[in-house]
Amino acid sequence: MRIELETRPVRSTAMEIISPLAAFAIAVLIGGGIIAMLGKSPTQAFHVYFIAPLSEIWSLQEVAVKATPLVLIAIGLSFCYRANLWNIGAEGQFVVGGLFGGMVAVYTHGAINDGLIGGWWVLPAMLLAGTLAGMLYGLIPALLKVKLGASEILTSLMLVYLAELLLDYLVRGPLRDPKGFNFPQSVPFEEIARLPYIVPGDRLHAGVLLALAAVFLAAFIMRRTLFGFDVRLVGSAPKAARFAGFSDARLTLAVFAISGGAAGLAGICEVAGQIGQLQPVISPGYGFSAIIVAFLGRLQPIGILLAGLVLSITTIGGENAQILMKVPLDTTRAFQGILLMCVLAADVLTRYRIKIRLGASS
Amino acid sequence: MVSQAGKPLVAMRGIVKRFGAFTANDRIDLDIFSGEAHALLGENGAGKSTLVKILYGLLSPTDGEIRLEGDAVRFSGPQSARAAGIGMVFQHFSLFDNLTVAENIALVLPPGETLAGLDERIAEIGRRYGLRLEPARPVWTLSAGERQRIEIARCLLQDPKLLILDEPTSVLTPQEAETLFATLDVLRGEGRAILYISHKLEEVRRLCDRATVLRGGRVVATCDPRAESVRSLAAMMVGTHVVDVRSRGADALGPERLGVEKLSLTAEDLHGVALDQVSLSVRGGEVFGLAGIAGNGQDELFAALSGERTAASAGAIRIDGISVGREGINLRRQYGAAFVPEERNGHAAAPDFSLSENVILSRHATGDVMNGNLVDLPAAARLAREIISSFDVRASGVDPAARTLSGGNLQKFLVGREVSRRPGVLVLNQPTWGVDAAASAAIRQMLIDLARQGAAVLVISQDLDELFEISDRIAVIHHGHVSEPRATRKVTREEIGLLMGGASQHAH
Repeated sequence: MRIELETRPVRSTAMEIISPLAAFAIAVLIGGGIIAMLGKSPTQAFHVYFIAPLSEIWSLQEVAVKATPLVLIAIGLSFCYRANLWNIGAEGQFVVGGLFGGMVAVYTHGAINDGLIGGWWVLPAMLLAGTLAGMLYGLIPALLKVKLGASEILTSLMLVYLAELLLDYLVRGPLRDPKGFNFPQSVPFEEIARLPYIVPGDRLHAGVLLALAAVFLAAFIMRRTLFGFDVRLVGSAPKAARFAGFSDARLTLAVFAISGGAAGLAGICEVAGQIGQLQPVISPGYGFSAIIVAFLGRLQPIGILLAGLVLSITTIGGENAQILMKVPLDTTRAFQGILLMCVLAADVLTRYRIKIRLGASS
Repeated sequence: MVSQAGKPLVAMRGIVKRFGAFTANDRIDLDIFSGEAHALLGENGAGKSTLVKILYGLLSPTDGEIRLEGDAVRFSGPQSARAAGIGMVFQHFSLFDNLTVAENIALVLPPGETLAGLDERIAEIGRRYGLRLEPARPVWTLSAGERQRIEIARCLLQDPKLLILDEPTSVLTPQEAETLFATLDVLRGEGRAILYISHKLEEVRRLCDRATVLRGGRVVATCDPRAESVRSLAAMMVGTHVVDVRSRGADALGPERLGVEKLSLTAEDLHGVALDQVSLSVRGGEVFGLAGIAGNGQDELFAALSGERTAASAGAIRIDGISVGREGINLRRQYGAAFVPEERNGHAAAPDFSLSENVILSRHATGDVMNGNLVDLPAAARLAREIISSFDVRASGVDPAARTLSGGNLQKFLVGREVSRRPGVLVLNQPTWGVDAAASAAIRQMLIDLARQGAAVLVISQDLDELFEISDRIAVIHHGHVSEPRATRKVTREEIGLLMGGASQHAH
């Protein structure tokens, strides 16, 4: 017996839309099975994971706040992945963005109060520094690929650990708050260095608006500009892109700069919006989860927005489940992994059908 | 020589093959007798490949049966077809370039057979059938004809009763084809049957005793090709009369529009071909044909002319007198040049993109579909519709993806995309490769019409019939050298064939 994948002669649009939904449903079923095997109630888990986060105002805000970095990063990654370039290092670009943006706040700290320097420009300067840092950090694997042919998958991934260790070192060393009782953290940012809240006094910061803007900007670039056309063409038919006169090297650098910049912006938004200071760890793995978001959203801007919300819900649900049901947080991570596998499998099945050939070879 | 009175070696009865809603083979009956050379004719999409894939066990039929020497058989795969005595030589070879001839042959030996004595068996087959092979040569050093001999030798080691050949001469020089025909005559003399798939009708008339013609998945005629003319065979295949391409009058030629001077280019990889001091000049109003067997530098020359690879010096390539050797493809387009590469899906067009997006692919550089830096989608859609209607492109639905078009229709669209720009210089690589007769004629007419309007047209093609039909001058590319061009009216096919095979490659 032999199992083969046969290309479907016609790809149905209906199936392309249904496939992520079906993948989600199957992942939920598998997840339910795992919960049951842990001896917990799958129905209660379903409620805690997917219903509870949507049932209260504060948890809805929390969903939006957690979705913000995921969507921002995934939007950037979609440019890379559309062009068949594999930036796996968004986590590192996120950390570097948060670090360098945060350093602007740390070094202007106090000076603002003393009235020496500082003012309205501090926050924009932080956002700019974070974006630029992420962009430059993202360009390292791109340059290594263009100049030396190094695999961007490996280099971008390895740079994640470098970024994490750099942040850890700086926060424990030069950037440590001198009045912080030796805790490994920077000074708390001043009001002027924090992203404003949309809903006063609550958790919903202005980074949410930046993420939304990024979604629409990306949709416009992909659909209407020659650059977006180039990105889609390179991913779909690289030789045709050369025939269209586009340069591989320039495109590689551009999409890595975009995805690095988006991840860096997400990083500084997290630091200036959520955390309010630099800490040894500023990301619970947003840069990796965003890879799932990008694919779950089929690399389409609106799809990514929805996928970011879905993943954010499961993350918050996972935290709730940990508290209410004593389900380990790793279960949530495993679920997110299962979800990605299901999405990729569903993608394959919309393009191919499985054919089982009976009869052994003679 | 053919005993039709006896039982057929292979009898296919009522073969039906459906792919979804599409019926590729519709109740086909086919008899093949021992000792006959049987031609299977038809345009692209007529169902020839599907039928032979069923016979060779690569596809299983939806309905119908195959009888081999009277017994019903069901093949579960090519292995069982081979075991039953059916061998096949594909159009695209399945050889490992870095292995030797003997190693490639050893790969298909049935399990349990040893390598001992293989060289002798190869030599024996070579003597009997005129298949000269050097067992120790690595495949990448061989010509297409030599590679084909390996494929045939592989089949013959299994002592087949029926040998299927798919477009076997498409990659051969006329001289290499002669060698092949001699081999096939020996095989037939031994009582083996040959199923010969080709759309070169002259060849079929020479070689084959019977022909079955397919159209739209059905058998429309069975005939003796020797009693038919090329024209009547073509009419059976197409279902209507094939329109002759109107040849050009002896118009006065304009000045040089495309000039190539001492263009050298290194090979891009191990199996590529370097260009060596190529010079040629195409004048306005002229169709210039560049003949040659595949893999002799055509792809490299096309890449250099289009600007996908740049030359070492600016002066190596001139468009309307402007040196563009160092410029990219888009600037060359702005100077009035247009290009149609060989590979339709994936190079000339993005298969998953819609036709209007494929218009953007090559037309954005000349500003036809751009609005500043933004893509003008309505303009692209309008252009796509214009191309579809002026060049009779059959496409279904509104703005379908390129891959949904048949080869001929997509090629008409892609040539139309460039021709409708009215370029001053047009360079095409294998413009009618794998395109059906009617679409080929339409494309050739487009090229002649464009030249008549004063453009310089350079056609790189393996198809000598095509070049003799449309070009004013012909040159040959061999191992990266281009021969001195000759006026088409003053040169014979044999002379061109010899140059294609490499005779006097430095002749000037």
